[in-house]
Amino acid sequence: MEDTTPSADERPLVLLGQPLFPEFAAALAGRFRFVLVADADAATLAQGRALLIGLNPVTDDHLAALPALGLVAGISVGVNHVDLAACRRRGIAVTNAGAAFAVDTADYGVGLVVAVLRRLAAAEAHVRAGRWAADGDYPLTTKVSGKRVGIVGLGNIGSRIARRLAAFGCAVSYNSRSPKPSAPYEFVPAVRDLAAGSDVLVLSCALTEETRHVVNGEVMEALGKDGVLVNVGRGGLVDEPELVRCLQEGVIGGAGLDVFESEPDVPPELFSMDNVVLSAHRAVATPESIRGTIELVAANLDAFFAGKPLLSPVEL
Amino acid sequence: VALLAVVATLKLATMAAAGGKPAVLLLRPVDAPFAAALRDRFRVLDLYAPGQALPALAFVAAAAAVPEPPRATVIWGGVRVDASFLDAAPSLRCVVSTAAGLDHIDLAECARRGVAVANSGEVYSTDVADYAVGLLLDVLRRVSASERYVRRGSWAAQGDYPLGSKLGGKRVGIIGLGNIGSRIAKRLEAFGCIIHYNSRKPKDSVSYKYFPNVHELAAESDVLVVACALNKATRHIVNKDVLEALGKDGVVVNIGRGANIDEAELVIALREGKIAGAGLDVFEHEPKVPAELFSMENVVLSRHVAVLTEESRSDLRAHTIGNLEAFFSGQPLLTPVHADSLAQ
Repeated sequence: MEDTTPSADERPLVLLGQPLFPEFAAALAGRFRFVLVADADAATLAQGRALLIGLNPVTDDHLAALPALGLVAGISVGVNHVDLAACRRRGIAVTNAGAAFAVDTADYGVGLVVAVLRRLAAAEAHVRAGRWAADGDYPLTTKVSGKRVGIVGLGNIGSRIARRLAAFGCAVSYNSRSPKPSAPYEFVPAVRDLAAGSDVLVLSCALTEETRHVVNGEVMEALGKDGVLVNVGRGGLVDEPELVRCLQEGVIGGAGLDVFESEPDVPPELFSMDNVVLSAHRAVATPESIRGTIELVAANLDAFFAGKPLLSPVEL
Repeated sequence: VALLAVVATLKLATMAAAGGKPAVLLLRPVDAPFAAALRDRFRVLDLYAPGQALPALAFVAAAAAVPEPPRATVIWGGVRVDASFLDAAPSLRCVVSTAAGLDHIDLAECARRGVAVANSGEVYSTDVADYAVGLLLDVLRRVSASERYVRRGSWAAQGDYPLGSKLGGKRVGIIGLGNIGSRIAKRLEAFGCIIHYNSRKPKDSVSYKYFPNVHELAAESDVLVVACALNKATRHIVNKDVLEALGKDGVVVNIGRGANIDEAELVIALREGKIAGAGLDVFEHEPKVPAELFSMENVVLSRHVAVLTEESRSDLRAHTIGNLEAFFSGQPLLTPVHADSLAQ
């Protein structure tokens, strides 16, 4: 970082919770003056009004050290690693990546639905193992179109998943904190009832105290032995040991999982199951969307320093 | 063999003599529900009956020799319906195929002999379209590759897997805008894709951009989806030139027939990075798959499963019986195929 005197440098000061990802640094270094909190002197810490964070946790103690702070700007959609209650208490606004990644996550969520129902990854493994010629008939899978899909969380991601699956002829219903009158899908107040009336349950909501383990044994029993669970939200939305048990015992029919409770650790019992599609938290992004996120982060910072409304504020 | 043939003919004659139901020559294996549904309505001369040992053409000839020989047959893609087949069973007036494609039937020869042909209509169209979109998402977003990465423990050991490429906004060139192609288009529009297409003639009912040849389609597309029938005009319709026009960021998805693509050139294009990836459910010489593809992470492979769901299996049963009943009652076939209506 350049070492210029504050009066000569017109760029607004933005503190960094952790070093910038290279793409962000390259795009934004000319527009803001970035200083890592760990490297900042007392005067800089006292002046810093904006904090750009990554995926490392942000606690009340971190906030307490920055008395002038008015904005925590995140680069991800999920902000469950930020102490939002502390931000609210301290009058600090928080922004996330908004809808920048919504399309990618929605696309991937649908990809997982098709991959699980049509056993794409298993079919692939079969061919790659050279078993096509040797084995006889291949088992039938189940049709995607026309399935009843229940979406937990109809925000930026969930609403896009809904639109895509509706184009497949799926019947979509949803659960969220409150009904969305403009959504043309059926609202179901309880997740257990949503599961009972669905063939596929898709999780695309934020992880909060209320939604932790929203998918538990009871919900999975309601989803049923032909039901499929797809998770592109957070691992913590699902009681993972219960999920493993339900898959082992055939309580549910299959799962597509992009997220886990303790990434990168994946319950090893899942490795021997061919009705499960596993993914390494890749739903969230493509290079195209990362470029979009950089622009959104910069726009949020610009708006903050200009006293204008933030573009993607998180409700605290 | 001569003795076997005589025994078989006697057995078939016995089968045929039972009851007043019309005889149907069954030349493909069917599951129990399908078999039961056929036997409820017809006298079934079953190539795959337990203990039936004659090879196919000999069985056909034997069936043709019974009293009241079969006037209709149910076949699949493995049965070649050509002049010698039709010579072996001159009683046949109707061929009902359960395959999605028609490349195994000499439609001109059937037309010359006044033999009606029925295909599977739209029974498979939705499942194939769903699968094509799944294949495309898998290639672009590396779903199966990421799967393998996680299963071999590499996520914990080596960190993140590379990101894939965004589907939304991509220009998708569909070769063949028939029952399957049009359903693929409708699904991909919901993902924000821009739909381009090639077919024999432009379709007035759609607003997608039409390209008169596949080379131009490829030049202006990021993805090529093969969704057309296989015939003389479409054999190797995706060739070396087309792959070059598609370009190094381009992706090919094939849910048509393996021979729609020049497979050898496809392997070269992938090996040399002339295109970015491929999703393939069909191959030129199934079940053989070019071994070089197994070492490529940017390719998704499956064994001709796009039609294989429980739902289309039971729809196929109802549809096939519907065609047979229409034929035997003198009604028009549900899904007749004419020699000139190929490759929509």
